[in-house]
Amino acid sequence: MFEYAPAPESRAIVNFQKSYGHFIGGKFTKPANTFQTISPATEEVLAEISEGSAKDVDQAVKAARSAYEKTWSKISGSERGKYLYRIARIIQERSRELAVAETLNNGKPIKETRDVDLPLVASWFFYYAGWADKLDYAGLGPNPKAHGVAAQIIPWNFPLMMLAWKIAPALAAGNTVVLKPAETTSLTALLFAEICQQAELPEGVVNIVTGHGATGAALVGHPDVNKVAFTGSTDVGRLIAKQVAGTNKKVTLELGGKAANIVFDDAPLDQAIEGIINGIFFNQGHVCCAGSRLLVQESIQDELLKKLKKRMETLRLGDPLDKNTDIGAINSKAQLDKISKLVKQGQKEGGEVWAPNCPIPKNGFWYAPTIITGVSPTNTVAREEIFGPVLSVMTFRTPAEAVAKANNTPFGLSAGIWTEKGSRILKLADQLNAGVIWANTFNQFDPTSPFGGFKESGYGREGGRHGLLAYLKAGN
Amino acid sequence: MQKISPETIVGSRITNQSLRRWLHSLPGVDKVGLEQRAASLGTRSIKTTSKAWALDAAIKMMDLTTLEGMDTPERVRSLCLKAITPDPTDLSTPSPAAICVYGDMVPHAKKALEGTNIYVAAVATAFPSGRASMAVKLLDTKDAVKNGADEIDMVIDRGAFLSGNYLEVFKQIVAIKEACLRKDGSYAHLKVILETGELQTYDNIRRASYLAMLAGGDFIKTSTGKVSVNATIPTTLLMLQAVRDWFDEHGVMIGVKPAGGIRTAKDAMKYLVVVKEIAGEAWLTPEYFRFGASSLLNDVLMQKQKMKTGNYSGPDYVTVD
Repeated sequence: MFEYAPAPESRAIVNFQKSYGHFIGGKFTKPANTFQTISPATEEVLAEISEGSAKDVDQAVKAARSAYEKTWSKISGSERGKYLYRIARIIQERSRELAVAETLNNGKPIKETRDVDLPLVASWFFYYAGWADKLDYAGLGPNPKAHGVAAQIIPWNFPLMMLAWKIAPALAAGNTVVLKPAETTSLTALLFAEICQQAELPEGVVNIVTGHGATGAALVGHPDVNKVAFTGSTDVGRLIAKQVAGTNKKVTLELGGKAANIVFDDAPLDQAIEGIINGIFFNQGHVCCAGSRLLVQESIQDELLKKLKKRMETLRLGDPLDKNTDIGAINSKAQLDKISKLVKQGQKEGGEVWAPNCPIPKNGFWYAPTIITGVSPTNTVAREEIFGPVLSVMTFRTPAEAVAKANNTPFGLSAGIWTEKGSRILKLADQLNAGVIWANTFNQFDPTSPFGGFKESGYGREGGRHGLLAYLKAGN
Repeated sequence: MQKISPETIVGSRITNQSLRRWLHSLPGVDKVGLEQRAASLGTRSIKTTSKAWALDAAIKMMDLTTLEGMDTPERVRSLCLKAITPDPTDLSTPSPAAICVYGDMVPHAKKALEGTNIYVAAVATAFPSGRASMAVKLLDTKDAVKNGADEIDMVIDRGAFLSGNYLEVFKQIVAIKEACLRKDGSYAHLKVILETGELQTYDNIRRASYLAMLAGGDFIKTSTGKVSVNATIPTTLLMLQAVRDWFDEHGVMIGVKPAGGIRTAKDAMKYLVVVKEIAGEAWLTPEYFRFGASSLLNDVLMQKQKMKTGNYSGPDYVTVD
């Protein structure tokens, strides 16, 4: 019959160096205190990267300060814009290479890095490049000012995209940055450092220091940092908030989520199924705004679950470099253990666990797309962020109950509504306590649209004009 | 095939009101979501062995078509010979499922295809507009069947459908199905053309699909090929969802035929991917999936030659029809 033959994207286009130092003041430092970074799909070692010490962080912040004072704050907005446009174009030119590199280091399918991540990365730089000479119209009055040096810490789920969300607005607003990528996915940030060199970005405007949590803590705690931006877990976000409390540092935090995807009985059913799939299985569920709680109207539960299971059986899990792969590898052993533990907990508490019968590769870290039915709001899997391809299914009877259940979470990042009734969409969007609400779609991102959460999902917005404001203060 | 009465399916006597209630109770279609799904399936990469399988399958599922005012018996005969031997340089090349012609060409096609298992399909019911009296449509169909047409491609009355007269559309399909009755008691295979380009909205296309299945169509077909928008991937995907759900609910398999505008092997492979992933492998046979196409065959043949020799031969190395 019609089986898809392997269609792997060639990895010949990517050349990782054996080992990387940090990128400070426009140059790579000598690799030191290195640790290995692997492909989570095969556990193959891709390169060695350096553990950033407090001294490395200090040097990076000094380089950023000096670049801010000597060049970046001196040149005009349109000059800054030129550099950002140049970076955006180089990203487009090298997008296949970056997509393959991201897939290798992160484990997400090439289909996604090629069709989603990289186009968004480029569009983020293009969008904020346009803002660089129009800051007077950002909403803070004439001549708004940059903060100075921004410390930015990003997660492993969208390595290059999170880098773009952080660096593009910071640079457009006139800040210089020190960025720490996640320890498991630093390689594309280091390739981005090469792009900064290629674009002849003034030395020290972008600095990248690799390492684990301690490196990040040193960066956040550095006294000469003016602004801290973090995307990652709520636990670490809390630590950062404590660390900067009582200082003058500005902070934005984009943290976890436990989004409700609400499906009413008048929803466009086939598209709702796609929305559920995309909501929770996109990027192996490693998405802070993932639609991890399905709230389905009781009257259509059986029909919907039947269709959902059938659809899940067509998902293709495996080699992330294969162009036909829908679900790639889990990013790390630690994450895989966390997912397995939470699902077991869900089962113990009475949830019914179902996954399609899909073959799992021997090496690497994998988790089959999974749904847990019969979940009630008291269950662990309904409350805690799993950050994996696991969907908790709950039901509701009335719109009011849907809203109550959707809002009954410490998080408030995103939500989805599926109904053909426009008035209901507007009313629910008003009642749902979430920063981003999608109607009859899910996981759509655009540089012009602000993104961020309420409650334990963090504060501040990224994207759009709002995202720019986080990097500006009113002029005098 | 077991026969379930339309009354059982609709849950009441068939009236325009009951049909309207039934059709309008179907879940809506979200345009953006549907088109996104179609686009994402379009990125499947079909290589090597799967490509070889798909190219042969595309030929076997083809209704090789000529529907021109300037058609002549000689032209039809030439097309039939092409169907029998699509590629004289590679006799292992399979034949298309059927030749699709206007009713008056049926005797010529039958004669040319004698002794082969290639079917003759005739368009009927005042194709392509469908604007004629029911008496004419019935006669058109009966004439083609009498002359030996194995399959009838009828058009629905889009005017009646768009004005909400679902009962009229239903009745016409039922009547044409009866007109497909042969002397020996068997029926010519009935394909119901929805002319999706004129129905315009996806909700309409889903409703028309259900109406055609309810009335006894063996196939639902997108287009005549004679209007500005013909077969598209999202439309075909939607119709494949309809036949899939129909089978799940009623246990009856209905076929799908996209027609018009499918010209390249690459396009054909995208359609096959959609069939596989939406309806399932059971639909990947000429019995349940057809392409209505004329120029597609030569592009598939060129792709086949390319797979064999490693380079493109060019249009002079496949025969004109």
